[in-house]
Amino acid sequence: MKKTQNVTIKGTKDGLTLHLDDSCSYEELKEEIDHKLSDSARSREDRLLSVHVQVGNRYLTTEQEEEIKELVRQKKNLVVDSISSNVITKEEAEQIKKENEVVPVARIIRSGQVLQVPGDLLLVGDVNPGGTVIAGGNIYIMGVLRGVAHAGFNGDKEAIVTASVMKPSQIRISDCITRAPDHYQDDDKREMECAYINDSDQITVDRLQMLMHLRPNITRLEGGY
Amino acid sequence: MGEAIVITSGKGGVGKTTTSANVGTALALQGKKVCLVDTDIGLRNLDVVMGLENRIIYDLVDVLEGRCKVHQALVKDKRFEDMLYLLPAAQTSDKTAVTPEQMKELISNLKQDYDYIIIDCPAGIEHGYRNAVAGADRAIVVTTPEVSAVRDADRIIGLLEKEENVESPKLIINRIRNQMMKNGDMLDVDEIATHLSIDLIGIVADDDEVIRASNHGEPIALNPNSKAAIAYRNIARRILGESIPLQPLEDEAPGVFSKLKKFFGVK
Repeated sequence: MKKTQNVTIKGTKDGLTLHLDDSCSYEELKEEIDHKLSDSARSREDRLLSVHVQVGNRYLTTEQEEEIKELVRQKKNLVVDSISSNVITKEEAEQIKKENEVVPVARIIRSGQVLQVPGDLLLVGDVNPGGTVIAGGNIYIMGVLRGVAHAGFNGDKEAIVTASVMKPSQIRISDCITRAPDHYQDDDKREMECAYINDSDQITVDRLQMLMHLRPNITRLEGGY
Repeated sequence: MGEAIVITSGKGGVGKTTTSANVGTALALQGKKVCLVDTDIGLRNLDVVMGLENRIIYDLVDVLEGRCKVHQALVKDKRFEDMLYLLPAAQTSDKTAVTPEQMKELISNLKQDYDYIIIDCPAGIEHGYRNAVAGADRAIVVTTPEVSAVRDADRIIGLLEKEENVESPKLIINRIRNQMMKNGDMLDVDEIATHLSIDLIGIVADDDEVIRASNHGEPIALNPNSKAAIAYRNIARRILGESIPLQPLEDEAPGVFSKLKKFFGVK
């Protein structure tokens, strides 16, 4: 009986791609990688060869990924560049979903209250002085921002803050902080504005309409008008 | 079954006790059976404002610790025929002598016998506040047209909104000085109401008479010639008339006292 190959190696211009079969057992797979790579290790070459590992529909735990990387690394001039899989766990998927969804909230964030969301925040209401809104992504406020808004909480410098009326006490984006002028002029309407980090790493407030040029990635609609 | 209304503000000195005394008095004038409960244990003064200080025999803590029955501790206001009672706070203990559970039970007992329980809340958001709010069904937030008072009112409203048993709070703006408001030296009524975005149940002008009356132990609401008295009586009517919708904010908000009076004059 002819044994089908569980590991196939393909050369591309970026290096080697290791296709691992996803129907055999993990132990079999390890053995075969070890075997295959020992056969083909070209020890004469000094240059490091990067390897992409493609595991198909197999889910690898972090330990297993480490094991495979280690296995490949043992072959003299090979190093694993990336491992890609077609599958992720439910948890990971939910995390990704959370970080990418817009969470609508209809509430007033009052003094002393903190509202935090992992993704983008759409607040239908005001942020009063002393109140704080925090988002992993962007913050869109359909109301008056008088408190603190912190966008890009996990370090996303591309994040932005928009508000129908922009009179914040502080805006934070990623690790940049800016505070309000000590006094807003009465005739200063501050309507429909956005805050973002500019090229010199400082937070700037501008007209809302500038966003389409500054952060074209905010638009998620694909295709026609 | 009566209703319990907590009068609170967060910040001290905005007129919680004066408001409690006068709203209670005004409700009693409307023919409702009212019990005032002072929860500011250790710093009681609702009894002083009501002029009932020297009739106190037992207090709130005595009741909760079983040293007396509730009706023994209640001080009857002789100016009203069996309509207005006060449950005074203890002066010798502190706020931790009482738990929210005890308060809840006490208030629900009182609700059997009275139409309205007015709970005077201590300043702050700690233990005393939680005691005061525990048994309440409704809440009235008192603020003055000052930034600091409005900020604290905002905080308190946020906390009240989390209480499941308390209806969404109503707002009283106290100590309004018309002239300062006109000059723009004071936050105006409109601004405060939109900022806090809760229903306005009344505005009270700053009136020297209020202080004078308090010092004499006579709530101003008893004096029909005072502007402030009429404001408190109007607030009491609005509390009673909950099934009748309040006038829209535009009618009430301009900060013009006469508009309010006119509205109720017509009615």
